[in-house]
Amino acid sequence: MRPQPPRVFFCEVRSMPTTKLDPQVALAELQERRPDRVTLVVLSGDMDRVMSAFIIATGAASMGMQVTMFFTFWGLNAIRRPGVSSKAADWLRRMFGFLNKGGADTLPLSRFHFWGLGTRMMKLVMRRNRMPGVPELMEIAKDLGVHFIACTTTLGLMGITKDTLIDGIDQFAGVSTYLAEAKEAQVNLFI
Amino acid sequence: MHFDVTLDTLGLFCPMPIIKASKKIKELTVGQVLEVISDDEGIKKDMPAWCETTGHHFLGLEEEQNGGTVHYKTYVKKSK
Repeated sequence: MRPQPPRVFFCEVRSMPTTKLDPQVALAELQERRPDRVTLVVLSGDMDRVMSAFIIATGAASMGMQVTMFFTFWGLNAIRRPGVSSKAADWLRRMFGFLNKGGADTLPLSRFHFWGLGTRMMKLVMRRNRMPGVPELMEIAKDLGVHFIACTTTLGLMGITKDTLIDGIDQFAGVSTYLAEAKEAQVNLFI
Repeated sequence: MHFDVTLDTLGLFCPMPIIKASKKIKELTVGQVLEVISDDEGIKKDMPAWCETTGHHFLGLEEEQNGGTVHYKTYVKKSK
């Protein structure tokens, strides 16, 4: 901190203080203080879309960016533990939670799902080509420090309880938390 | 080209080469050169872009015919 200049109550002409700050250094410092940020809203629960989201997230994280993923609606299926039944309070939501299968490995393709056949074929091709799928990419994302936020409103709406989600969800929050993050970010994507 | 550490990402697709490179470069000291070998053509553009964002120095790219596939060798100098 520079010492505060003495207060001058009379109008006085003073020479501007010479600055020794190198603009390049100042810019570097500024960038260091505020890392590049990326936020992704993952609304879709389609395997291809969620995969794209994770590819962008992991890519950004390895470029040194701070990444936040906000999971809502069908996107929540990606962060559900597979095979865990819902413990929602009322039967309607319990039923919904039962019908809407979750788990990173069970997401269907947005096209050519063909009752599971298309998706299985796609996964086979990916495995043969050593391409990471959603579960693997999710692990990498966690490893790289990507923040996961689960939307509490849609959790309730879809009969998904917190205890049926995977470990490592950083926050359970709503739109304000997302917007507070997005406001600071340079890249905001809705998938 | 001279390098200190090499990273084999053959057979891996985007974003794996970049993720692996970002982890590997942490093991290097400033000034050392990392070689990343990939057969994914995207690395030709991705590696310079990654370097630009992370502040590391992109030294160059070599292409090598290897049977039916091309191996792309990129060289990155750790700068910070």
